[in-house]
Amino acid sequence: MVRGGLMGGLDDLYQQLILDHYRNRRGRGRIDGASASVHEHNPVCGDECYLDILVVDGRIADIRADGDGCSISQAAASMLTEVAKDKELGEALDLVEHFRLVMHGDAEPDEDILGDAVALEGVAKYPVRVKCALLSWLALRDCIADYRETTAMGG
Amino acid sequence: MGNSTHTALDATALRAEFPLLATPRPDGGAVHYLDSAATSQKPQRVLDAMDAYYRETNANVHRGVYEMAAEATERFEAGRDAVARLVNHPREATVFTKNATEAINLVAWAWGVRELREGDEIVVSMMEHHSNTVPWQIVAGITGATVRFCPVTPGGEIDMDALRGMVGGRTRMVAVVHVSNTLGTINPVEEIVAMAHEAGALTMVDATQSVPHMPVDATAIGSDFLAFTGHKMCGPTGIGVLAAAPGRLEAMEPFLGGGEMISDVTTEGSTWNDIPWKFEAGTPPIAEAVGLGEAVRFMEEIGPERIRAHEKVVAQSMLDALDEVPGLTIYGPRDVERRGASFSFSLDGVHPHDIGQFLDSKGVCVRAGHHCTKPLLRSMGVQSTARASAYLYTTDDDVIALRDALVECREWFGAA
Ligand SMILES: Cc1ncc(COP(=O)(O)O)c(C=O)c1O
Repeated sequence: MVRGGLMGGLDDLYQQLILDHYRNRRGRGRIDGASASVHEHNPVCGDECYLDILVVDGRIADIRADGDGCSISQAAASMLTEVAKDKELGEALDLVEHFRLVMHGDAEPDEDILGDAVALEGVAKYPVRVKCALLSWLALRDCIADYRETTAMGG
Repeated sequence: MGNSTHTALDATALRAEFPLLATPRPDGGAVHYLDSAATSQKPQRVLDAMDAYYRETNANVHRGVYEMAAEATERFEAGRDAVARLVNHPREATVFTKNATEAINLVAWAWGVRELREGDEIVVSMMEHHSNTVPWQIVAGITGATVRFCPVTPGGEIDMDALRGMVGGRTRMVAVVHVSNTLGTINPVEEIVAMAHEAGALTMVDATQSVPHMPVDATAIGSDFLAFTGHKMCGPTGIGVLAAAPGRLEAMEPFLGGGEMISDVTTEGSTWNDIPWKFEAGTPPIAEAVGLGEAVRFMEEIGPERIRAHEKVVAQSMLDALDEVPGLTIYGPRDVERRGASFSFSLDGVHPHDIGQFLDSKGVCVRAGHHCTKPLLRSMGVQSTARASAYLYTTDDDVIALRDALVECREWFGAA
């Protein structure tokens, strides 16, 4: 990478939509009586993410994320809660997978799928920050897996 | 040596000797490198010394009878002489390792695994780098010993009363950092070593952040073991140093086995080489020792006391500059007599990652994270901090650039 880092790229990374979600977090908090919960942390910076989902009839009826972190991780969590809400579990997993591929530079972002999270596209160019963006999204994947495991066990 | 004059060092002139600092960024701006606690930049002469070794006398060290091998051995061992001289330590008890981390692991494995028993205690401070914590935890797990953490005061210093209460009959090892990479605190290591010895415990001093920045006299400190790393003192990566009490090294069994460290090998068993080579299994980092030797000569020509004097001035400017940034909190001591020039801080409403990223866009390089001191950060109730750390080439210009970028950063993220 060229020395001097971002240069004009600061606005690319921190698009206005990201700063907006960072300052006004959507879907923040915990769910009482959640169907599944996970707690993940980013070993690079110690940031933590709690993710709760409420599943009704195979759909995510509610989703909330809590924890502290950088603007990228907080905005990504905020966007996730908006776009994942009301999705079927399978759809939600596809959504996470699409976002993961975009973050790794292996797919073109599809705004119809990602909603506001399309603004995170620029993060893919900053490998250290990709983990920040993915933290809550991968938490949702784990959360759904946990949910399916416990319901399969009759829990 | 450093007695050339008592005039202040000229950091701006010294920068010209560091290719990376002397080269402008693509946008024409200067590089404000404020991450020397992570690794220092390298002067041209260190690069040249390593290059010359490869070009002129590349050969494996020791045992070779031909001229070139003898020359390689000479340059390698001259690196050891330089390092030993810098910290006033006997050369035969100055062991080359891969880095400071390996130096500490060497002691944990060669001494700790053999000597520690259930009920024994290892005392470390809460501000240790993971490299002076995790090896002891591993060894404790094997032997049944316990690792105890001495708390740090709200002012960012080792709680000496608590330490006195912890170090006692069960204590076998006291492991402390000389200068904290996160807080900048200079710890009273002589006093701690004396306290440990009185209790019959051994001592490990992690001098990784002191040797590059100030005069360090290993003999005066008197610890059984003292570790530091080449890449933070103008030298290359891949080489570190364990300065040990000669008697301790003699008494210890080897850490790694292989070539170089043996005296004789038979089908029945092996005997060990003399110290320090007994602890240097395999082909050593030859070019790195040559480069580190040159780095030491560079430091000696400037003078460690002048480096320290410069960094005190920089530390004061840094304190003053950071105080001008609204919403900024500095962790660690505020008295420059009691601290080095590494500053951890937080900025209200802006996450350290975002600070690091924003500052990068202004050509200011700082670190964001836990700085390999997670127990410390947990005890302070923070997950991560931003850290700006200076060295002999840091100028007022760097400090001003840091301050201005931080003010702008806060506005940019809407925290102002
Ligand atoms: C205080 C301290 N101890 C130990 C280390 C480890 O150094 P190295 O990674 O070179 O072994 C560091 C560097 O990060 C440090 O700052």
